[in-house]
Amino acid sequence: MKDEISREERVAGLKGLGCSRKRVEDARFTQGKGNYVDDIKLPGMLHGDFVRSPYAHARIKSINIDAAMALPGVTAVLTAKDLEPLGLHWMPTLAGDKQMVLADGKVLFQGQEVAFVVASDRYVAADAVELVEVDYEELEVIVDPFKSLQSDVVLREDLVADDGSIPNGAHGPRKHPNHIFTWEAGEEEATNQVIDNAAVVAEAEMYYHRTHPCPLETCGSVASMDKVNGKLTLWGTFQAPHVVRTVASLLSGIEEHNIRVVSPDIGGGFGNKVGVYPGYICSIVASIVTGVPVKWVEDRMENLMSTAFARDYWMKGKISATKEGKITGLHCHVTADHGAFDACADPTKFPAGFMNICTGSYDIPVAYLGVDGVYTNKAPGGVSYRCSFRVTEAVYFIERMIEVLAIELNMDPAELRSINFIKKEQFPYTAALGWEYDSGDYQTAWDKALKAVDYKGLRAEQAERVEAFKRGETRKVMGIGLSFFTEIVGAGPVKNCDILGMGMFDSCEIRIHPTGSAVARLGTISQGQGHATTFAQILATEIGLSAESITIEEGDTDTAPYGLGTYGSRSTPVAGAAAAMAGRKIRAKAQMIAAYLLEVHDNDVEFDVDRFVVKGVPERFKTMKEIAYAAYNQAIPGLEPGLEAVSYYDPPNMTYPFGAYVCVMDIDVDTGVPEIRRFYALDDCGTRINPMVIEGQIHGGLTEALAVALGQEIAYDDMGNVKTATLMDFFLPTAWEVPNYETDFTVTPSPHHPIGAKGVGESPHVGGVPCFSNAVQDAFRPFGNRHTNMPHDHWRIWQTANNLGMHD
Amino acid sequence: MIPAAFEYYRPTDMAGVIALLKEHGDDARVIAGGHSLIPMMKLRMAEVPHLIDLQAIEGLNGISIAGGTVKIGAMITQHEIINSAELEKAAPIMKEAALQIADPQVRYMGTIGGNVANGDPGNDMPGLMQCLNAQFHLVGSDGDRVVDARDFYEAAYMTDREDDEVLIAVSFAAPIGGFAYEKQKRKIGDYATAAAAVQISKEGGKVGAASIAMTNLSDTPIWSEAAGAALIGTACDEASVKAAVTAMLSDIDPTEDNRGPVAFKRHAAGIVLGRAIARAWSRA
Repeated sequence: MKDEISREERVAGLKGLGCSRKRVEDARFTQGKGNYVDDIKLPGMLHGDFVRSPYAHARIKSINIDAAMALPGVTAVLTAKDLEPLGLHWMPTLAGDKQMVLADGKVLFQGQEVAFVVASDRYVAADAVELVEVDYEELEVIVDPFKSLQSDVVLREDLVADDGSIPNGAHGPRKHPNHIFTWEAGEEEATNQVIDNAAVVAEAEMYYHRTHPCPLETCGSVASMDKVNGKLTLWGTFQAPHVVRTVASLLSGIEEHNIRVVSPDIGGGFGNKVGVYPGYICSIVASIVTGVPVKWVEDRMENLMSTAFARDYWMKGKISATKEGKITGLHCHVTADHGAFDACADPTKFPAGFMNICTGSYDIPVAYLGVDGVYTNKAPGGVSYRCSFRVTEAVYFIERMIEVLAIELNMDPAELRSINFIKKEQFPYTAALGWEYDSGDYQTAWDKALKAVDYKGLRAEQAERVEAFKRGETRKVMGIGLSFFTEIVGAGPVKNCDILGMGMFDSCEIRIHPTGSAVARLGTISQGQGHATTFAQILATEIGLSAESITIEEGDTDTAPYGLGTYGSRSTPVAGAAAAMAGRKIRAKAQMIAAYLLEVHDNDVEFDVDRFVVKGVPERFKTMKEIAYAAYNQAIPGLEPGLEAVSYYDPPNMTYPFGAYVCVMDIDVDTGVPEIRRFYALDDCGTRINPMVIEGQIHGGLTEALAVALGQEIAYDDMGNVKTATLMDFFLPTAWEVPNYETDFTVTPSPHHPIGAKGVGESPHVGGVPCFSNAVQDAFRPFGNRHTNMPHDHWRIWQTANNLGMHD
Repeated sequence: MIPAAFEYYRPTDMAGVIALLKEHGDDARVIAGGHSLIPMMKLRMAEVPHLIDLQAIEGLNGISIAGGTVKIGAMITQHEIINSAELEKAAPIMKEAALQIADPQVRYMGTIGGNVANGDPGNDMPGLMQCLNAQFHLVGSDGDRVVDARDFYEAAYMTDREDDEVLIAVSFAAPIGGFAYEKQKRKIGDYATAAAAVQISKEGGKVGAASIAMTNLSDTPIWSEAAGAALIGTACDEASVKAAVTAMLSDIDPTEDNRGPVAFKRHAAGIVLGRAIARAWSRA
């Protein structure tokens, strides 16, 4: 049999690895055919809404629900007293702490859930919320973590013993009632010794402000308890549906097989939808109590005020170097404001996430990191907003320290980076704080980036601009922002990564249909990443069937294999690897079937794009479609019928994507308005699955980086009132504020990942924040700036210029 | 963000509107584009038991320019202001300002009447109306009256309008000379950090007349008579612009908010006004 189609055409027809295949999800999303939690409508469904605390710290003297219950259409008003008999008035957090589901005697942050109203529709529920009378006694509010550690005011009375002693927390000894943990990595004494004796030392204190992932779709759930068959179905905005099922089972006592958790379409997560929120628990309890489905969907203000924030790290650093600029040591201390409950979403052994990647892309011989977690009267959280467990904080820290060291050395910051990069031949490289970097080629990427933007030319232009400014010819200064980042993603190896004891493997299950199409299900869940597009591409290349013929399903715990979900750029490194491995199992069986059909020995056939061919006889082959049909319809001695595979993948290591970013910015020193003239982003995410999807991810991540660097924050006043609870004040950039992005790449495959892929969705955020911030700070470097804190909104930029005497 | 229950009315003539206002007093509000009122209702910061929609009232959505006078019906949207060629010709500052309000979606709905009548210090049109020395046309149960824009605003959300009155139109003499509406904001859709409306006419190389109003720098718009006066008779040189800015700064009274502290706002106000004067003078 002679094939009419060329090999190149067969490869193209697969739409596999490396193809900029259009996203299959978009036909649905662009036509309003998505199915989100709030689209779910069930017969008889009731609606829940929260009474929330207006105070940041107060004792609750009484709650009167009579007027609310009297309102027609109100079915129930739940308070902590109602949840207590079920043991659900508190719930465990992912960080080993516990959190009130409904206020138990006191409130600890503004917007905290106090009572849950259940009513016939959302309007009645909202009216009933107004009718619940709560009598508060205001308590002293603490919004500053440093003051919190000195204060006599105990925020968490539940964490102090009756005799006044302070029991250990989930991460060891606590030194104050408002202290959560101390976590250390590296060698402090050795680090101090190096720094104390160094030729050059640079120091900086920086506050990485509190912000919020703010996905377009807020959080919500629909719980439906079927009292006849004892099954609970829970739809919700879950980045980790399988974990939610396990936690729901452990909390409720309902056996896990009787719980079905479904993540339908999710409108962005960015870490905000990893944790478990009181609304989920209350919708479940309300459905159990009422026997009908109950929906809870929060509004924008509730999302910003009460669900998981990100960052809020006070970082203090010291970096030492030789006179020539070779870094000799790094010391970092973080005071981490976790708010009222420690609800960080980090692997159990890492209460400060992967902050210990803070040596960055540099060969630093000795380092120390210490982190103290602190309670304050702010919303709980501390999630990884478009990053892998505090990597954004770590990269910001080191990329600022490099800039400050460059100032101290009076050296070009690009050159300082080059001097200190981990060299290509040093990989795999074990960093001073313990991580083993799998691969990298930093210098090549850096050189490519600097050449692309004509770095030397930019510096010359900047120098001219400084002179022009001094002569009074312009009121605009020019900044060149640099960042070189290394991420640590793909959590992670079960030996050191778990959440609530659940190992962070992931999974893929493939079923090939007789006619040669397939369905694959994974333990992850797309929130906009395009899994249905890209996972099909991985499989297409592995099993030789077109991506167009492969359906990807995720998010339904009744059908998908168990997995830990999507966050921390883990989908491609872990579930993507599981997909490749499951595909290889399919191929192994297909090889035996092909050999049988071609009447040769198994080892005499080899895989070629979409078929097995007899070695050396390319005209003798069986296509994967033929093999699939035979798998079901032909009795093959020694083989079971069917063509299915499942793989649970426990990654041997994390992956380490990296990138080189440059931002050119012009800043009006009088208005504080920055204009981004140019943004160049080179990413190395290893093997590139879909270049178009990668580019989209980079655009999105950079835009969220721009937001955080230039204005996005959750700010509190001294009374613990949230000052930025609406999109008027919380900066969510639109197309108008977004500059043009130039993207570029190098490819350094991961040596341990089955297809060499590393993950990319979060890189642009991680690398972008320091790049934007460095651009602002670099503009003021010639005028004496060392470090100013983000967010660099207009007035703060103006303040920087003002402090430097530029308005005199 | 769900509003409290309210009764909705859609009368077809102004008499019907006035009757409802008279019946319900301050429990009733009229709604035009709704882009100020509806968010306030959803936040439950405004409770409006009786909401009277003006969409079906005839005669509120015209732009007329006759005898040197511009008259704009209250229901004219920002989008219509931007796209009216004759208005652009008669008062180009209207388009320049409207283009800096919110975003296209909001401008399709937001009206000039709502913008000026609500008394929100963040709105752009009140300051512009003061710059243009506009008149506001009100009808009420006691008949019609006309109020100068410069006398209309008392405090944030407090105006000279009585509860049973409706603002049906604004009018002003078509301005002569150069113009500029300069606005600094944090992002699309935001209120001004500082904004300035400037009209300048030139006579024999000198400033003949000048009118300056500032937005979102006090609890009302600020028409700074002294700032305009500082320019008159000068060549709009650096010193006189500085004098105008100094005069303006003694009229405004900004407060600290998320847009920044008072010192920054005052600085930005000066910069914004300086740029607006320069642009207006270049067009004069």
